[in-house]
Formats: sequence, structure tokens, C-alpha cells
Amino acid sequence: MATGALSDFAKPAPPNQDKRWRLVDATMRRLGQHPRGLIETLHTVQEAYGYLDEEALRYVATSLRVPLSRAYGVATFYHFFTLKPAGEHTCVVCMGTACYIKGAPQLLDTVKRDLGVKPGETTSDGKVSVLTARCLGSCGLAPAVVYDREVAGKVTPHGMREHLAQWKTP
Amino acid sequence: MNRPAANIKTLKIDGRDVTARPEETILEVARQNNIFIPRLCELKGLSTVGACRLCLVEVKGSNRLLPACVTRVEEGMEVTTSSERLDGYRKAILELLFTERNHICSVCVSNAHCELQSLAQKLGITHVHFPYRYPVVAVDASHERFIVDHNRCILCSRCVRVCEEIEGAHTWDIMGRGIDALVITDLNQPWGSSESCTGCGKCVHVCPTGALSEKGRSVAEMLKRRQFLPYLTLMREDRE
Amino acid sequence: MTPEELEQISESEHEAQGKFAHRVNVCVAAGCLSCQSQSVKDALDKDITRRGWEGRCQTKGVGCMGLCAEGPLVSTDNGTMYKGVTAADAPEILDSVESSPIERLLCPTDVPFFQRQKKIVLENSGIIDAERIEDYIGSLGYGALIKVLTEMTPPEVIQEVVKSGLRGRGGAGYPTGLKWSTVAKAAGPAKFIICNADEGDPGAFMDRSVLESDPHRVLEGMLIAAYAVGASEGFIYVRAEYPLAIKRLRTAIRQAERMGLLGTSICGTRFSFRIDLRLGAGAFVCGEETALIASVEGKRGTPRPRPPYPAQEGLFGEPTLINNVETFANISPIIRNGGDWYAKIGTEKSKGTKVFALAGRVQNTGLVEVPMGVTLREIVFEIGGGIPEGRKFKAVQTGGPSGGCLPAELLDMPVDYESLARAGSIMGSGGMIVMDESSCMVDVAKYFMDFCMTESCGKCVPCRVGTYQMHRLLESITQLEGTPKDVALLTELCDLLKNTSLCGLGQSAPNPVISTMRSFADEYKAHVEERRCPAGVCGNHRNSEEPA
Ligand SMILES: Cc1cc2nc3c(=O)[nH]c(=O)nc-3n(C[C@H](O)[C@H](O)[C@H](O)COP(=O)(O)O)c2cc1C
Ligand code: FES
Ligand code: FES
Repeated sequence: MATGALSDFAKPAPPNQDKRWRLVDATMRRLGQHPRGLIETLHTVQEAYGYLDEEALRYVATSLRVPLSRAYGVATFYHFFTLKPAGEHTCVVCMGTACYIKGAPQLLDTVKRDLGVKPGETTSDGKVSVLTARCLGSCGLAPAVVYDREVAGKVTPHGMREHLAQWKTP
Repeated sequence: MNRPAANIKTLKIDGRDVTARPEETILEVARQNNIFIPRLCELKGLSTVGACRLCLVEVKGSNRLLPACVTRVEEGMEVTTSSERLDGYRKAILELLFTERNHICSVCVSNAHCELQSLAQKLGITHVHFPYRYPVVAVDASHERFIVDHNRCILCSRCVRVCEEIEGAHTWDIMGRGIDALVITDLNQPWGSSESCTGCGKCVHVCPTGALSEKGRSVAEMLKRRQFLPYLTLMREDRE
Repeated sequence: MTPEELEQISESEHEAQGKFAHRVNVCVAAGCLSCQSQSVKDALDKDITRRGWEGRCQTKGVGCMGLCAEGPLVSTDNGTMYKGVTAADAPEILDSVESSPIERLLCPTDVPFFQRQKKIVLENSGIIDAERIEDYIGSLGYGALIKVLTEMTPPEVIQEVVKSGLRGRGGAGYPTGLKWSTVAKAAGPAKFIICNADEGDPGAFMDRSVLESDPHRVLEGMLIAAYAVGASEGFIYVRAEYPLAIKRLRTAIRQAERMGLLGTSICGTRFSFRIDLRLGAGAFVCGEETALIASVEGKRGTPRPRPPYPAQEGLFGEPTLINNVETFANISPIIRNGGDWYAKIGTEKSKGTKVFALAGRVQNTGLVEVPMGVTLREIVFEIGGGIPEGRKFKAVQTGGPSGGCLPAELLDMPVDYESLARAGSIMGSGGMIVMDESSCMVDVAKYFMDFCMTESCGKCVPCRVGTYQMHRLLESITQLEGTPKDVALLTELCDLLKNTSLCGLGQSAPNPVISTMRSFADEYKAHVEERRCPAGVCGNHRNSEEPA
């Protein structure tokens, strides 16, 4: 790589004053401000902000000298990244094999019926986002669901309905 | 290029004795000897990705089929480029491509100049026996000179590669994955608003189908010019 | 760190632990943690303080004890194990260390589930505290590293691994020693080691458990590999879905660095090695080695054709050794006890033990480590305790989306790489899902095809469009709208994908379909000819009764 060109390169300033950009900058610095740090940096952005918006993608891409289209391609390739803000609560239904054969499809049906949303969607009031996962590694407790950050095992549609109802009441 | 004779490999393609330099691929050698191997993702002058799988050939002693575009020649190799089995697979792969998006040749700017269409004709495909998908995908005509029509895209990634490797702009990339993958410009924004596009048009001319075209062409009018590519590659190599 | 210093740490650790009259181990691996085992441990600690037992009884947060479905699990130093423990049980448990066990919570350990296992990879799981390097060192940890650095040349290390007969535990079963010697011979200014901890098979959690229960063992395996092949930098590619494993790995790396077991001039030798983590981001295909490399390089995780193999041209274009977590976890025992010792375990072509994640419709769900060559029947019925609720066994699925479903007729087959492949499945990473008559095999095939379709990277045509078409056909069959012609098309696509796809994902995506078509042809027939699902799963209305 031509180092001359590199030293001419000026890292852009963060999009705004938000302190969380410092975390993002720290990750980029740790990885030597190198294009290969893209995925790690996107992880940091998502952890700090909950999702990746256009502004963040543009900032990270230009800071790491990654073409915009590649940054977008990477962000949409990996299912862990989301370009939309999540709801206040998240409910992740495991659709791994063990959970599938122990009733996870019925859990999804329950969510669909009770909240009227499909996996990957958020209720219109912004309260609950529903996601699916490919095995949480808690197969011993199948079917498993993650409510916000807590894993619940051996979940039944009934138990789930109760949990969701709790979130719906303000 | 004067290389010592020891560096020349001899092999057989479809029973014919041919010679090759060691860094050459089966596809390159076949082409030099006028042996036809179908291919869509490969284009002379661009890096190879081995993605379309049309160039698969049989190599004696290997139980797997090998992609000719990325497989290097070896001394004593015996390659078969056409057989009932290979042709069957190639037809099936082409058929899958036809079912994936909306390829309606009769109204396409590239009708009669399309690599997908001509391969299908050459391999004798008369009908598609898998169900069509009929996806709803967009046409983006926001660029002042070019159009991208996702209905005709086969995701060969030639546009992505020519833009990155030859033009150096990296305007194109692929978003999403699997059956939902799409070629995009910049942050998936209208092509016309792309900041990185230089408007060079190389992507349009390497596109094998009517997915990328120049504005103002009507049905069957979009002729692609590819001569620039080997020329540019050659110029670069000389400079290096 | 010198051998003497290591010995010293080990001794003072033994001494420190020996001071306690009693010890209570609480499992704090992910399974038990999600059943609130941390609050059990806190309650125990609180009660110890209340009793003034601080110098007498030690509580220890340990790794997975195996029987994940019965958590939280607690064990005491007299060999008693308790299951389903709650914080309220803490005082009673402390009482019991000096008297008789609590019948109500007792989890018998003289049963086949524990007795039939042979622990090599999991030897420390459930025993040591994963967050303390001293505890690992006290259990012979890093002894193998010291041994190779002080007594063995790199070729000797590789020779030992070759002798052990160890094969890759990530799925394909490639001989580990051979892979190491290829990388050792490859020329390059820099070489890399990658530990594949992507564990993408949905229904497998062996690697997770090893990382959470005994992370230093994996680091030690990587260090030994690095010494053997001449690498100076390593990466662990771990799924972002495993936050606890990530946390413990970070802790372990920091501790090892502080002790001079990672970094420059390790143990005063010229050997230097660094390890960094890279997080996966939810893409199964990134378990495939060339896709994994692309991902570590910060790109879309799309595989590329091989050759060149990573051993020649891998990460950043340099020779790279990629092994699975469990493969690395086997290395230190092999070095400590010798390759010959390891080669005595298992079968002729599949040496050693294998960890399986046993789940689904089986009595005992959890982790089991057994010698290669035991039969499926032993695993499912003896160790696993059979099918609950008196239902009938139907199939066991191994190898996840790349594997197959093995019917009752094959229960007496020994579990080794060759036998599983012959039966149309694969060893895979070790997920083993038991199904009973309530599962429809066509539905299961559709489930895996859905998985492969959404996980296909989209680069090559057969996999991208083929998995879509196959899924659509299976969808219509499971809606009871399929025809025999659909089954014929499926068969044609199975052959196409297997032979023309670019990477292992597409090539093996047909396996679940092929294996169920072979062993459960009558179920397909019932669906397309009689428009009937024998298991009562398929149709327009999914039966939404509450699962048991
Ligand atoms: C689609 C696909 C997914 C894979 N997923 C994993 C995985 O999650 N973990 C793993 O260790 N190996 C996985 N592998 C196998 C790796 O490509 C590779 O063979 C392995 O990591 C090598 O390590 P080993 O020799 O120790 O088994 C996968 C392969 C394919 C084709
Ligand atoms: S299948 Fe759901 S946790 Fe593994
Ligand atoms: S030309 Fe070789 S795979 Fe497309």
C-alpha cells in the first residue's frame, strides 16, 4: 500500500458530539484504522447504538477507507447486524434444531398471533421487536427464548403469552 | 515471453494434446485452442471467482468436477469439457438462472446480444422445468447515462470486479445474501446519486445480460464492447 | 515463566484449595446460568459468611457438568451432585457437606450418563473455575506447552499429533497432524493460526461449553500448534451469540499474557505468539474455512474455490492453520500423555473421544464425551436414557444442516467418521438431535433446507437458486400439495447441488433430504400420494397444541 497516500488521508470527524463515537474510535484505533477492522467496528457501533444507520456506516467506512458499497454489503451480509432501531424490548425465539422439534414453531405462531408481527419486525408502537436465532447453545433447555438479555428455557406458548403481556402494559 | 521449455505443461483437453504455461487455467488454455467451455462469471482481464459453475469440467483421477476458470493446468492432466453429465448440469444451472429473476428476452435491450441467452441456445434449452420465482425487483434509471435493471441480473459480479479492479472506484458491491442478494451502488442508493461512480461505463460493457445498459437503447439495441478490458489489463501489466 | 515457576503456581494453588475442608461447585456455564445458577452461588457465599465458614468451605463457579437440562447443577467434594437447585436450597446444601446428602435434590451419578463417558476434552469441565488461570495450572494446565517448548522440536510435536491419529472435530475429519505438517512446510513470512469457534450447526453446543468451561485448554492447544507450525499470530473466530464464551476467552487471554504464556519470548524462549478474538456476526457459512478467512479480513463471508487451501494461502494470503475448538482442546492431553496413549482410544480410523451435544426428544439432554466407536444405541438409550413419555424413537440427526437422519435400523452402528458417512450422514461438529414419532421427517428436511437457503451466501448459482427451489418444493410437499413429480425434481436438484456447488454448504445441503428420502421414503409417499402426514405435523394448519 502506498504510504504516501495514506498519510494524506484525514480521518473524518464523528457525525456529532455523541460520546459513544469515542468507543467506536477506540475500536478503530485498536485495529490500526485498517479496512480489515470493518466488522469489529460495526460490532462496536451496534453495541453502542443498537443498530447501524446510514450516518454510522458512512462514518465507519470513510474512517477505515472502506468503499461505501462494501460497508453496506458487509452490514447486510451478516444477520447479526441490523439497519433499523430495535423496539424497547426484544424477544428472540430460538429456531435451532432442538428448539424446532420441541415446539419453537408454536412459539412463533404465538408471537405472530399476539403481537401481529413476524420475525425481524417491531410492533407498531415500538414496544417489542421479534427476532429468531439459530441456536443459542442452550439446546438442553429447548425451546429457548431470550427476553431482552435473559435466556428462558422450556418455554411454553402460555408462559410466553404472559411474558409478552407484561411488556405490552405500560 | 521466452520461458524455458521445462516450464511448459502438456495436457489433454477432449483428447487433444495441448501445451500451456503453468500459471494458466484450464479455461484459458481451452480458449487458446478454440475449445468451447461455457462460462458467465469469468471475463478475461478480471479476477476469477468460480461462482457461476458453468465451466465445470471432468478431470481424470478427480472424483469432483473442477471449475475450469480457476483450476490451473497440471502436467499430464486429462480434461473432458463436454459430456452428457456436464451438459445436464450446465442446462440445469442456466435454467435456475432463468427462474431466479424475470428474464423476458423479447423485451430486453440485450436481446440477441446476451451471454445468458446465447448459452441457453447453444446448449439447446427449449424450456425451463423448474418453477419461476417472479421476484419483484427494481429498475433504477437515476443515472444520467445508464440503467440498472435487476430483473436481468444474474449476480455474476463482473460489474463489481471491473469497478474495483480496473476503474478503482468500487462503486458496486453486493448486498444481502443468498437468493435476496442484489448489486448495489454505494450505500444502496440510487445510482445517479452515487458519489464514487466516475461514469466510466465499464460495468455496463462487461455485464453479460441486459441488467446494465446505456440509456436510450430499445429492444435488442444494447451492444456491449469488451475490447477495452484486455487492453487495459495489458497496459497495467506493462506499467508494472 | 519457567517450568519451576509453573510448578510453584500449581503447588500453591493446591495448597490454597487444600486449606478448605469442603468445597461446593456451582455450574456457571451458560445453560445453568440461564436457570439462575449465579444466584445459587451468591446465596451459598452469603450463607458461608453468615456461618463464619470462610476458611472452611469454598464455593467455586465451575464449567459445564454435562446434564444441562437439569440445571442449576451443584456438586460437593464428597461426590454428591444436586440438580434443579435454587437459592433457597443454599443453607441445606451447606448442612449436607458434613452430613448425609439431600434426597430431594439428589442427582445420581452412578448412572450410565456419567459412568459411560470418557472425559479427555471435558476433563476439567465442572471441576475448575474457568476464570482463574491458577486453577487450570493446578490441573496440569500449560504443562504440555512447557514440555514442547523445553523438550521437543516442532517436528517432534507434529509427529506426536500424527501418531495420536487425531482428526479434525469441525466436521470433515481431516487428519490434524497432516494439516499441521502442511502448514509447517509452507513457506511464508508470517503464518497464522485460526481457531474455528463459529459453531454454526443449530443444535450443537460442545464448543461453546468447552470455551466457557475451560478456555485455557484451547489457548494452550493453539500455542502448541503455533510452535509446531511456526506461527506468531492467532485468531479465535467466535460467534457473537456466545457472549459468555467471549468474556471468558478475553479473561483467559489477559491472564495468560500477564503470566507470560502469551506474548513475546514465551517462557524465555524465542517463541512468540499473540491471540486476538474476532466475532462472528450470524452467518453459518463463515464456519467454512475460506469464508471464515474473508470474515476475519473484514469482508463478506463468501467462500472461494480451493485450491489454494488455507494451509498454503490463507489469512492475508499467508499459510494458515485452521482447526476447530475441540481439535485444539485435544492437543494438551495428547502431548502430556503421548500420541500412542490417545491412539489406543477409539476405533482403527477414528481415534480418541468425541463430545456430543445430545438434545431433542431424549431423557438426558446435555453434553457427553464418549470414545469413538460406541453405538448410537448406547448414546441415545443408555447415556441419553431413551425417549421420554414412553414414545417411540424415530431418528437421530447428526451433522446438522450438512448431515442426515439415521433411522432405528442404524442404531447399532458405531459412531465414527466412516460409518456415519456410509450411512449418508456426517460426524459434523457433534450435534445429535433425537426425534420421536411426533416429528415428521419431511418437515425436518424442509427445516434444514430453510436453514441452508437463508444461510447460502449467494455467490454460486446452484446453491443460491437451488436451495431456494428445493425449499419451495419441500414447502409444497409439507403443505400436502406436492406431487410425485416434485419428489423427482427434488432428487434431481440433490444431485446438482452436491456435484456443482462451490463450497461445503451447497454440496452438503441435500444431505438431510437424501437421507430422509432413503430411510423414510414412505413418509414422502404418504405426503404426495395420499396427501397425508403420518406424524400429523404437516398441512395447512399447524397443530398449535402446547408442546409437552
Ligand atoms: C458450511 C460449513 C460450515 C462449517 N461450520 C463449522 C463450524 O461451525 N465449526 C467448525 O469448527 N468447523 C466448521 N466447518 C468446517 C471447517 O470448514 C473446517 O473444516 C474446520 O474448521 C477445520 O478444523 P478441523 O480440521 O479441526 O475440523 C464448516 C464447514 C462448512 C462447509
Ligand atoms: S436449538 Fe435452541 S438453543 Fe440450541
Ligand atoms: S466461469 Fe468458472 S465458475 Fe463461472
